[in-house]
Amino acid sequence: MSILHTVNKSPFEKSSASSCIAHASEGSAVLFYEDGVYAADKRTRFASSVTGAAGVKFYVLGPDLKARGVGEDLLIDGVEVIDYAGFVDLAVEYDKVAAWV
Amino acid sequence: MSQTKKLMYLNRRAPYGTIYAWESLEVVLIGAAFEQDVSLAFVDDGVYQIIKGQDTGGIDMKNFSPTYSALGDYEVTKLYVEKESLEERGLSLDNLMHLTWEDEDEDWAEKDSIVLVSRAELAQLMDEQDVVFSF
Repeated sequence: MSILHTVNKSPFEKSSASSCIAHASEGSAVLFYEDGVYAADKRTRFASSVTGAAGVKFYVLGPDLKARGVGEDLLIDGVEVIDYAGFVDLAVEYDKVAAWV
Repeated sequence: MSQTKKLMYLNRRAPYGTIYAWESLEVVLIGAAFEQDVSLAFVDDGVYQIIKGQDTGGIDMKNFSPTYSALGDYEVTKLYVEKESLEERGLSLDNLMHLTWEDEDEDWAEKDSIVLVSRAELAQLMDEQDVVFSF
């Protein structure tokens, strides 16, 4: 049963992102949105937590990224940008959604 | 009798995800009318508030980042940004908006509002304040 994990909190302010990644098993996906998008920025001290998660697919919500001035060129390699419709598609594609609020 | 006090607004949250950043800006602008010695500090995720290139067209929210450029006109001219907070996020001054003010005493010379300070320096600045408002 594969899970779509969602994170909407900054990795610097709350433990949601790191806890989520620690609980994401192979074949699952993690979507960063709202303040969670900072976790997908390759420049930050948090980036290694994302690159170190093997077998987990990472997504980030484009509109939230743009709002916060984080360019797509600054994303960690392999992180895929999606829009709101893509969010819905992921929610349908995976067996269940776990929100790390 | 009114007396000038040193007021610091401590900004520690990223914009848009919560209302803190916008509320702080509103209070700063209101407080500017009282002619106090005002400064803003950007610490932790607060540094994300003044990053350049923000575009909220896709999230149905007001992009309030241009408002920071107006602070100089309200005589809010000291924006302290903590170096360590920038570094933890892989950011530098180049990633921030260029915020300036015009110095009336020097023939309206344009000066930088942003002052990069270390954590220790910011601690010192906080000690010097009469009031610290946290957002």
